[in-house]
Amino acid sequence: MARTKPRRSQGRRSPWAAAALIGVGLLLTGGAYAGASAAMASTTDETSVSALTVEDGKKLFQANCATCHGLDLQGTESGPSLYGVGELSVEFQVATGRMPLQMQGPQAPQKPVQFTEEQIQAMAAYVQSTSPGPEFPSPEILDGEGDIARGAELFRINCAMCHNVAAAGGALTEGKYAPELTETSALHMYAAMVTGPQNMPVFNDMTLSLEDKRDIISSLLFIQENESPGGFKLGSLGPVSEGLFIWIFGIGSLIAITVWITAKSN
Amino acid sequence: MSTSHPTENVTQEPALPKSSSARDKPLGGRFVGAASNYLDERTSISGITKELGRKIFPDHWSFMLGEIALWSFVVVLLSGVFLTFFFQASMVETHYTGAYIPMRGVEMSAAMDSALRISFDIRGGLLVRQIHHWAALVFVAGIGVHMLRVFFTGAFRKPRELNWVIGFILFILAMAEGFTGYSLPDDLLSGNGLRIIDGMIKGIPLIGTWTSFLLFGGEFPGTQIVGRLYTLHILLLPAILVALLALHLMLMIINKHTQFAGPGRTNSNVVGFPMVPVYMSKMGGFFFIVFGVIVLIASLFTINPIWNYGPYDPSPVSAGTQPDWYIGFADGALRLVPPHWEFVFLDRTWSFNILVPLAVLGLFIVLVLIYPFIEAWITGDKREHHIAQRPRNAATRTAIGAAGVVFYAALWAAASSDIIATHFKVTMEGVIHSLQAMLIFGPIIAYFVTKRICIALQKKDREIVLHGYESGRIVRLPGGEYIEVHQPVDEFERWRLIDAETYEPLVVRPNDKGSIPWHANLRAALSRWFFEDRLAPLTQTELDAATAHQHHALEHIATEEDAEIQGAHERAGVPDAPHVPIDDGHHPETANRPSNVIIPDEDDKK
Amino acid sequence: MANEDDALEHERASWKPSPGLAVAVSDPVRTPDLPPHRERMTDKDPAAMKRAVRTVYTLFYLSVAGSIWAVAAYMLFPIESGSIVDIRNNNLFVGLGIALALLAIGIGAIHWSKAVMPDKEFIEPRHATRGRDATREGAVAVFEAANEESGFGRRAMIRNSLIAALAASVVPGITLFRGLAPESSPENPHAGDPVYLLSHTMWKEGSRLAHDPEGTPIRAADVTLGSAVHVIPAELAELSHEEGYLEEKAKAIVLLMRMPPEDLIETPERADWSYDGIIAYSKVCTHVGCPVALYEQQTHHLLCPCHQSQFDVADGAKVIFGPAARPLPQLPITVDDEGYLIARSDFEEPVGPSFWERH
Repeated sequence: MARTKPRRSQGRRSPWAAAALIGVGLLLTGGAYAGASAAMASTTDETSVSALTVEDGKKLFQANCATCHGLDLQGTESGPSLYGVGELSVEFQVATGRMPLQMQGPQAPQKPVQFTEEQIQAMAAYVQSTSPGPEFPSPEILDGEGDIARGAELFRINCAMCHNVAAAGGALTEGKYAPELTETSALHMYAAMVTGPQNMPVFNDMTLSLEDKRDIISSLLFIQENESPGGFKLGSLGPVSEGLFIWIFGIGSLIAITVWITAKSN
Repeated sequence: MSTSHPTENVTQEPALPKSSSARDKPLGGRFVGAASNYLDERTSISGITKELGRKIFPDHWSFMLGEIALWSFVVVLLSGVFLTFFFQASMVETHYTGAYIPMRGVEMSAAMDSALRISFDIRGGLLVRQIHHWAALVFVAGIGVHMLRVFFTGAFRKPRELNWVIGFILFILAMAEGFTGYSLPDDLLSGNGLRIIDGMIKGIPLIGTWTSFLLFGGEFPGTQIVGRLYTLHILLLPAILVALLALHLMLMIINKHTQFAGPGRTNSNVVGFPMVPVYMSKMGGFFFIVFGVIVLIASLFTINPIWNYGPYDPSPVSAGTQPDWYIGFADGALRLVPPHWEFVFLDRTWSFNILVPLAVLGLFIVLVLIYPFIEAWITGDKREHHIAQRPRNAATRTAIGAAGVVFYAALWAAASSDIIATHFKVTMEGVIHSLQAMLIFGPIIAYFVTKRICIALQKKDREIVLHGYESGRIVRLPGGEYIEVHQPVDEFERWRLIDAETYEPLVVRPNDKGSIPWHANLRAALSRWFFEDRLAPLTQTELDAATAHQHHALEHIATEEDAEIQGAHERAGVPDAPHVPIDDGHHPETANRPSNVIIPDEDDKK
Repeated sequence: MANEDDALEHERASWKPSPGLAVAVSDPVRTPDLPPHRERMTDKDPAAMKRAVRTVYTLFYLSVAGSIWAVAAYMLFPIESGSIVDIRNNNLFVGLGIALALLAIGIGAIHWSKAVMPDKEFIEPRHATRGRDATREGAVAVFEAANEESGFGRRAMIRNSLIAALAASVVPGITLFRGLAPESSPENPHAGDPVYLLSHTMWKEGSRLAHDPEGTPIRAADVTLGSAVHVIPAELAELSHEEGYLEEKAKAIVLLMRMPPEDLIETPERADWSYDGIIAYSKVCTHVGCPVALYEQQTHHLLCPCHQSQFDVADGAKVIFGPAARPLPQLPITVDDEGYLIARSDFEEPVGPSFWERH
């Protein structure tokens, strides 16, 4: 029944020894990796003073895309042909991280971007040279100075049924979805409309004129740049998030308060 | 002549203090005295004050859930009055020329225009709009939790069946108020909601097409609907709601509130605090808290951003089109119907994809509405019940309630099937199929699981009452066995754990003609099912015997322990040492070291 | 005390089990009395009571501060500039001020009632809900007198004709509500006929398909593969709201899509309803009427966002999932001599949700 404090004998290994060893190991290997990748990044940075050429783009394409899209862009079982997709599609797909595709699924999700700006431009230039298609727009289209009210109306008619009126995204069939557009750049908005990625319909310039597209882009940029006047948006998902919020935090806090009210005072 | 003082028969102090005739100065000063006199001489208000002023209310947090509904309704009314000064319930076309850029120049109805102006062009307008809408959500949710509390504690039994019916009608009215209210701004989201309602009405046989035509004043959308909904929303529905609410509260005062079983509480008394000043203060305080919480939410969180939806037009629609949460169960019911449930027969279209959800929801609502009468018929119980039951003690009813809740929840979840799909990265078809399965099987599973859990909890309570609670103290008996000491609960705690209600199933008796009709047999069968698996009620003798046994066991253990300690002391050479440890400030007593004989002082000084 | 005995007797009577309900009530467990009153800190310690009182009035004064802040915020945060940030700040600060004002009163009042006001429990007996016998007899007597003096019970002619008159008097009032919907007139022979109105849309032979909402006509060559174009009849864009713009639009909206002609499965009767793979379907869902417009260009599925009905555009827009029951009505289209897409005729069936008279 005696309770004695345990005494540390000399030379006994501390329980922290193993943890420290692992920590040191991780630091060393992680540091080495970080250093190496920084070195690699810096080397590529140094050479990017001049833009990469179409040849570089071709090499990048053959190394990263040809397995699924074919060496001549003709397509294979794993990926469609890229005839007529143009530089706009390439920039869109690669700069949003959708391509290279990681695995087959209902839809290509956005992932961390695998290439630098210059590499993407090079690949786009290569594809455009081999298989011309939709091109980059003039900067005026992307300037966000269009008619916001008209753009919002066009967005509601043409886009909101998939992307939601506040661009919060929405569900499609069989696991597909229309993504939220709150972080999308003006260029990518334009590119998506023109190229109709995967199941998104195509909005050519006869369906939505360049002026229409400029207005739509302006209205989306307005949503992106402005907070909601009423406070936090709760995801802009409408009554579902509002209802969930009021049950969890509204009724939850009120019931907690009733417990406090009827509890005996200390 | 008056009835004898209510508290005269009771040994407690009377709730009313000595009369004020002993005072030399009127309470509150001369002005208050004069004013009270003035009023009383014209309204007889002293009568009500005396009768109701010190009325006793029982105290439990679950009794305040109805107040959540009541006070949020007051908030809805107050904020709504403000809005009526600015809102235009007209569908005449105009162009918005106010502050919000994405709506500027857009053609819209005056209703939408006025709602945008309230939001953007009047200081505090957006705040009041948000308070109004958040309060409406809290109102219906408050009714919901209140209703669940009343159901699961059996507070709808005689004499409160009518109050249950009134309360449920209030629930329906609150949902109708909410629906008519959020359709007023004539925005895209609520406009599509109206379109859905119109489609559902059109699907009703015989009268559907004409009802839709009359409601909308012609073809959809027409130019009448907002004005008509406005009349419903601020005139007809609130008038009925307030009248029924007053009736609801009056009945509560006449019947007095139920209370949970406890010491001193019987079926023929109310134990609690007086209305004035304690309850008045608690209720008044809760009103301000409910109001304050709603205003806090409204100042921080956006609700119903009509500026994003834009004016209603039949062409656009938003992804994630759902009604407010309390209409969700109906929208979900529509979504769960499988395809092709419609056919043409006798030159008429029979839309079962609409009729079946309507019928199922209608049946559900009616069953909940008349549930007190169903239960009364099954149990044959005509006694008055003023003790709220613990849900575990009414296992079948709680299980039925759980099944009902799961059924409602499946419908409610189905309304957000597309948002569940995008947020959990599953297919929407999978969500709908799963919810279809949950709708059918969920209630059945919930019923059985809940029933078993209730009965298990009853058994646990009975265990504790008869054998005490597990104290965590392990004792080794001389024979070598280990037991855990069970401490008896005190008298008051024990009473809470005993279910005082007594029930047996109905016994059928032959009628005058000597036969037993089929419905009597059915009733008896249902009664047997309702009361199956119940624990036999505890008698006083059993309880006394169990309590005595517990004390014997504890005494026995104490004696044994004493003997052990004495033996240890003798072996240690201090036969006269006290058995109770001395508190020397360094070594506090613990349950497993009751003796201070073997404290290692010397070692510690090293 | 006779009244009290009366009441207790009735209470006991109300406890008697009704015939058929067997209840075992022998030797029930006795209710213990109220537990002894447990003193609170504020009862035992005058300093604690002082602290509690101080807390209460501090909260009330804090509430005053909140109200003043709310009024100040109203003035300090104008919204007339129209900027979103200004509106948000006004909403936030006025709201927080009001919230503080209200919450502080509430918390103060609750603290007062919990810690300062005595928490002694009182007992009040309940009376049987049922009225006493004498009262009930009195009530019955009232009705008996009413019956006797009016003769309501025995004068069947008066009674029955009264009931008939009261029932009938309601009918004219109900009839007036027919005015909720329009009647037909010489200028508008179908205005009061919902079945006719539901069965016809603005589309007719030669109507040009036009962009929603501007009304600019659409060339077949403009509709490329994979496009989804939102379409109204060109004439619709010229209608004003008073002339029924929204009502016509609610029936006339169409979704125009193009896919490779070999992908289209068409019945022989509808072979000329599409044009070179360009196909037009009503955009009004046949479930309950939402616009069904989520077009997936690779799968050719058309999804309705309201209740997730799915239609296969390549196969007559038949229902492949969800609660809808009927395929979307197809608009027969062709091109005119300038290459603009036009309708061949109106839809051959009523568009939109089903209604009883539809066959």
